[in-house]
Amino acid sequence: MKRTGAQILVDSLLREGVRVIFGYPGGSVLPLQDVLYDTPMDVILVRHEQGASHAADGYARATGKVGVCMATSGPGATNLVTGLATAHMDSIPMVAITGQVKTHLIGNDAFQEADVTGITRPVTKHNYLVKDISELACIVKEAFHIASTGRPGPVVIDVPVDIQMQTIEAEFPEKVCMRSYKPTITGHPGQIKRAAKMISQSKRPIIYAGGGIIIADAHEELLELAVKINAPVTTTLMGLGGFPEDNDLSLGMLGMHGTVYANNATMESDLIIAVGARFDDRVTGKLDSFAPNAKIIHIDIDPTSLSKNVRVHVPIVGDAKNILTALNKVVKKPETKKWHAQINEWKKKYPLTYKTKGKKISPQYVVEQIYKVTKGDAIICTEVGQNQMWAAQYFNYTKPRTYISSGGLGTMGYGLPAAIGAKLGRPDKMVFDIAGDGSIQMNIQELATAVANKINVKIAILNNGYLGMVRQWQELFYKRRYSMTPISGPDFVKLAKAYGAEGMRIKKKEDVKKAIKEAMAIPNTVIMDFIVEEEANVFPMVPAGEAINRMIGGMA
Amino acid sequence: MKHTISVLVDNKPGVLARISGLFSARGFNITSLAVGETNDPTVSRMTIIVSAEDRILEQVQKQLHKLIDVISVSDLTKRDYFERELVLIKVNMARTTKQKLTKLLDKFSATILSSSKQGAVVEVVGDNKEISKVVKLLEAVGIKELVRTGRIAITS
Repeated sequence: MKRTGAQILVDSLLREGVRVIFGYPGGSVLPLQDVLYDTPMDVILVRHEQGASHAADGYARATGKVGVCMATSGPGATNLVTGLATAHMDSIPMVAITGQVKTHLIGNDAFQEADVTGITRPVTKHNYLVKDISELACIVKEAFHIASTGRPGPVVIDVPVDIQMQTIEAEFPEKVCMRSYKPTITGHPGQIKRAAKMISQSKRPIIYAGGGIIIADAHEELLELAVKINAPVTTTLMGLGGFPEDNDLSLGMLGMHGTVYANNATMESDLIIAVGARFDDRVTGKLDSFAPNAKIIHIDIDPTSLSKNVRVHVPIVGDAKNILTALNKVVKKPETKKWHAQINEWKKKYPLTYKTKGKKISPQYVVEQIYKVTKGDAIICTEVGQNQMWAAQYFNYTKPRTYISSGGLGTMGYGLPAAIGAKLGRPDKMVFDIAGDGSIQMNIQELATAVANKINVKIAILNNGYLGMVRQWQELFYKRRYSMTPISGPDFVKLAKAYGAEGMRIKKKEDVKKAIKEAMAIPNTVIMDFIVEEEANVFPMVPAGEAINRMIGGMA
Repeated sequence: MKHTISVLVDNKPGVLARISGLFSARGFNITSLAVGETNDPTVSRMTIIVSAEDRILEQVQKQLHKLIDVISVSDLTKRDYFERELVLIKVNMARTTKQKLTKLLDKFSATILSSSKQGAVVEVVGDNKEISKVVKLLEAVGIKELVRTGRIAITS
């Protein structure tokens, strides 16, 4: 049977198991829109293409499946770029389909033309410009394979509108065959043995787990390893939920806004077992003084992550689940009694704390109450800034895919569209967007998407009238000269109602819990506008360029 | 330190941009770059000469390997290999003759492709040292124009 390019595209998506596509229409994707009109897929019309890319990303993070978004050529495609870069930095499997001007017009400065493969090259894992309809089915198959295997990432398929309209006798490949792309999955047995030996000889081991644990679905193997060798575990921001924070071995998050005990333990350790993490600058602080006495075992699927920032003693390339399973079979428990005594002392001496006195609502208190009311059974999406850090610190994550946040790129405006994507992927879960009054305004238009599609998300704005994280840096390092950081917003309650959502404003501490309960009971998207203490800070904190055990603030 | 990197890639549009992007995004200048099909027309070989610290270069090599279209990457610098470049030079003939020029180029793998009063075109093949020597010699005579292919390399 002859099919059009647009039909081949949609059939290929269905064959890949795609159930939801987030997108925005336009002149160069009209043939595609026409086919989508009859498809069993959920086609979610966003209000800005950036929202489509973040929603596809949130869907992918909540489900582990490939998120799919589409946009038209030119401005439609360029609006996806921030979302692609966000997904790229955090290794999120995504496929973005963009329309392109007709093949013969490419390079002619045609209406709504942009060099999309050129623009997206540095922010995608791979991209394609389809020049021949006969390659289309194969390219889609490859794109999904590349997006979802190895270290995942976003892939762009740029399809000229004439290719979407041409017809061909379509053949759908069952398998991909790429000579140049074969990610290493199984860890080197010799290296695993060396790692096991190193672990058994260590006295102060620490496991440092990142987003790779969640991507590889290796949280059970990680827990098994930690228990087996009785080692404390700290996770990165991306690794939150990869290890249960209610477990005694958990040290919570490390790094710039990590716990004092996680940072101290990392610095004092004699062995760091890094799994699916990349020694990012927000984690290591000053590199020269990072964990001076530690040997490092580094397990990662991406060879470029190994020995990139720190010197690694035992690098193991491969899939975290695969390698941890093998390691768990051979590893022996080291003697760590003294080490745990030291860590417990730190835990007692430097717990996470915030100001609880005073009339105003502490933003941390709001996050804590969301945790208590939901009993931890919720997916927490965040924007970027103080809200993101408090959401990381004051909610105890115990399951993977429950903390969804733009870690690497730090994209403000990510949370709301990501929450929409997450809710579509996990309709059984209560989904929150913990937001600031600044970042929520960056993609506030997606409220309409949520309401129109009956996607029920709960937005908790920690409203302090500032771009708080930048204000905090100004307070600490720029003599409180609050340049550009005081920010006004609309009346969020009225705004919610104008969009057809529900809105509530909470000014008193004693109303916080009640409001959260109420919001959860409303079968609609709700904005909770929490008027919080204006100048609360995220503490503890490692000042930029300092060693991570030189933390300031928030210590009892 | 200078490194000679040999990269096998899929012969597809956009591959060169991906590879050069890796270097430019890190602020590296490529000293020399030569690209051409291999005996398999679906595969091209790139020979890249670049100056970088070993540790940074190791990272670049890994990044190159990570590109979907890259089949293999090898740093030839630490191995036995032959390196050649072809240079075409247009020489000013105002102060010399073809005979003198022939004698001058005697010890090199050089051919005079054409010669007239306006100028001569000389083809030189050699490794970096030989090419430098020829260029220096001809500079004394007067070089009007110079074109180099970029270096190519193969292990022995």
